[in-house]
Amino acid sequence: MKFGIMVNEGPYTHQATDSAYQFAKATLEKGHQIYRVFFYHDGVNNATRLTEPPQDDRNVVTRWSKLAEDHGIDLVVCVAAALRRGICDENLAPGFRISGLGQLVEAGIQADRLVVFGD
Amino acid sequence: MNETTGGIEDDEGSGIVKKFMFVNRKAPYGTIYALEGLEVVLISAAFDQDVSMAFLDDGVYQLVKGQHTKAIDVKNFSPTYRALEGYDIEKLYVERESLEMRGLNAGDLLVPVEVLSSAAMGDLMKTQDVVIGF
Amino acid sequence: MLHIVNKSPFENTTLASCLRVAGKGGGSALLLIEDGVYAATKNSVAGNAVHGVLGDIQVYALWPDVEARGIQDRVLEGVKMVDYGGFVDLVVEHSNVQSWL
Repeated sequence: MKFGIMVNEGPYTHQATDSAYQFAKATLEKGHQIYRVFFYHDGVNNATRLTEPPQDDRNVVTRWSKLAEDHGIDLVVCVAAALRRGICDENLAPGFRISGLGQLVEAGIQADRLVVFGD
Repeated sequence: MNETTGGIEDDEGSGIVKKFMFVNRKAPYGTIYALEGLEVVLISAAFDQDVSMAFLDDGVYQLVKGQHTKAIDVKNFSPTYRALEGYDIEKLYVERESLEMRGLNAGDLLVPVEVLSSAAMGDLMKTQDVVIGF
Repeated sequence: MLHIVNKSPFENTTLASCLRVAGKGGGSALLLIEDGVYAATKNSVAGNAVHGVLGDIQVYALWPDVEARGIQDRVLEGVKMVDYGGFVDLVVEHSNVQSWL
């Protein structure tokens, strides 16, 4: 099956992005495909390359970047939500791209299942 | 290419029509979910999908008449709910129990809605292809 | 439909709303994740509410979240544990999914 995943919260403050990441990994391990991961609301903050979490804890941002790189996953950050929160091309982490809300709707149309992680 | 719709032209549609339900359970202004949720709904109009909006719990407050936001200096986006009809988004469902718990009725709302019991709302949700909550 | 609840039932009415709207069965299932797993604890008010719907809908809890919170020995009987792979299987198995946010 093809999965769409929506992430509505930013790193660390909520568990949503962790749950989404673990779910994404599990879908790949089961042999499914991920059509797109779409980051909305504060979820756009998962795409900042300026993050510097403590060394002894997971790096939420680079974890997503690595998943994208290893598996060719499309990580899309909503342009409107990103502009509001100061996420732009200059501070975008690798593997992410900024695009419109249409990408979320398209994921809903094209994927077999769309799972939302948020608060 | 259309940046607003994320690079998808609406006449390039795949022909797939899915039932999309956007579920709103949060009040306006205290958090951004109501406003940004509405922005998704408006974009979805360009994709010719079968779109409906469900309002439960504090989400019903999004539709209450008489919102004046000048004193909090936050954009009043409540008129946008009235504009939905112009985008062919007319299926707005409100849970009866949520209204009653809050001492509200359909007459307190700024747009025509269909009021459903909890059970009917649950049945409607079961028929959807894609359910997005904010 | 697969319903996903991620909030503690003691600080938030999300689980109550979900059960009010969707708790009458008809092939539905409830998956508790993140702080939602606290609803699967026995001898608790929320656990009693969940126990009450076990006859109508299947209830699952995400084991990694249960273990993270140290409630492994308090899980309500009748609630099935799944890992992230099982979470994926549940989403595949149900024709639609709703996260109650």
